[in-house]
Amino acid sequence: MSGTKKVGKQTVKFTHQPKIISTASIVGPKEGEGPLGRYFDKVLTDNIYGEKSWEKAESKIFKETIELAIQKAGLTEDKIDFLLCGDLLNQTIASNFAVRDFPIPFLGLYGACSTMVEAMVLAAMLVDGGFADYVVAGASSHHDTAERQYRYPTEQGVQRPLTAQWTVTGAGVVTIATEGTGPNITYATIGQVIDLGQKDADNMGSAMAPAATDTIFQHFKDTNHSPDDYDLIITGDLGKLGKKLTQEMLKQKGLDLTGKLEDCGVLIYSDKQDVHSGGSGCGCAATVFSGYLYNQLTNKKYKRIMLVATGALLSPTSSQQGESIPSIAHAIVVENN
Amino acid sequence: MRQYIYAFVVGGIICVIAQVLMDTTKLKPAHILVLFVTLGGVLSALGVYQPLVNIAGAGATIPIPGFGHAMVSGVLEEIEKSGIVGVFSGGLKATAIGLSAAVLFGYIMALLFNPKG
Repeated sequence: MSGTKKVGKQTVKFTHQPKIISTASIVGPKEGEGPLGRYFDKVLTDNIYGEKSWEKAESKIFKETIELAIQKAGLTEDKIDFLLCGDLLNQTIASNFAVRDFPIPFLGLYGACSTMVEAMVLAAMLVDGGFADYVVAGASSHHDTAERQYRYPTEQGVQRPLTAQWTVTGAGVVTIATEGTGPNITYATIGQVIDLGQKDADNMGSAMAPAATDTIFQHFKDTNHSPDDYDLIITGDLGKLGKKLTQEMLKQKGLDLTGKLEDCGVLIYSDKQDVHSGGSGCGCAATVFSGYLYNQLTNKKYKRIMLVATGALLSPTSSQQGESIPSIAHAIVVENN
Repeated sequence: MRQYIYAFVVGGIICVIAQVLMDTTKLKPAHILVLFVTLGGVLSALGVYQPLVNIAGAGATIPIPGFGHAMVSGVLEEIEKSGIVGVFSGGLKATAIGLSAAVLFGYIMALLFNPKG
């Protein structure tokens, strides 16, 4: 490979440094009550949002978030070259139904809860490669649609074990552009699928921790950076258990991230909210980045951060057949110059 | 009064066993449901469950093993009356009220209420 943009085994370096010129986030009431509540653009009063089903509500939330991101970038729909979206539902219907009214070329994505970073990486590549001036990328999840599909209908009121995480209701969308003001995307490390045989769908943090560990470790190996080059390394939705595991596994590999490692799923809810191990879902990394992290970057609180979104690539069918949970993690580096 | 206390204690113990299983094993709610119905049936066939019902009343019949017990005692009764076909008819006959009520009330609740999250 002759590419000057590929660094090491799994990392790309963006030579033209695509900019994130706007972000938008809309969340449900529970996320709004959490510690990051004030950073989101809009907090809903209930999860159904005036619709007849959770699925319709999720698509409506996603659609409005996309509209808001385009509007906040000072653009109109016809200026957007590509739209890249994904979600957790079968056949990614939350995205497909959300974008059907936009006259924008669309690529649907699935990377489970890693989808936000997958979309951002591909959008940055399209922009950096000269294929587009403006790309909108986003991801969404909804507590009740995810529960219905992956676990039990909420109406059934099944008890959740303490290792379980709470799927975030919300959508986060970013506009990535060649020109404009906003933090730059400088590196991305694309993860490989890792499966160490964990089978418990109520403990996805520990299933995904090895994937997060692998991608973070590979990023430092590929770039020769050190943890001190980063103000924050934040995983998507490992939750409390997964975060602790990742930190320990990285330490064993000789990478000490004490004080640097955070997790969107841990930050989004407070302990009082009774969500057990923390938040999860595509919307977790998507809303925390679009709301809180982007705000901290534009206010120069952080100079360089790495967002590592983690995905558990299971399906209800694979769980029922007793399969383990393959996992993935993608990392993207965003910095102020 | 005494039966109320027994109902509370027996029903409580059944639920505690289920809770401990949920918290300490990998069993899912559906596993426990099936396990408890079957267990109620087996205990009923061994003649252990009826004495529990006698002392604790609803404390033993309302938790899900009570459903297994009702099916098995229905089968046994029906065998007395109509022979071997009772194996097929007795269980459902004995639990028909419970099953129909569950379907009817479930339907009514679904019509009346709309979850908001």
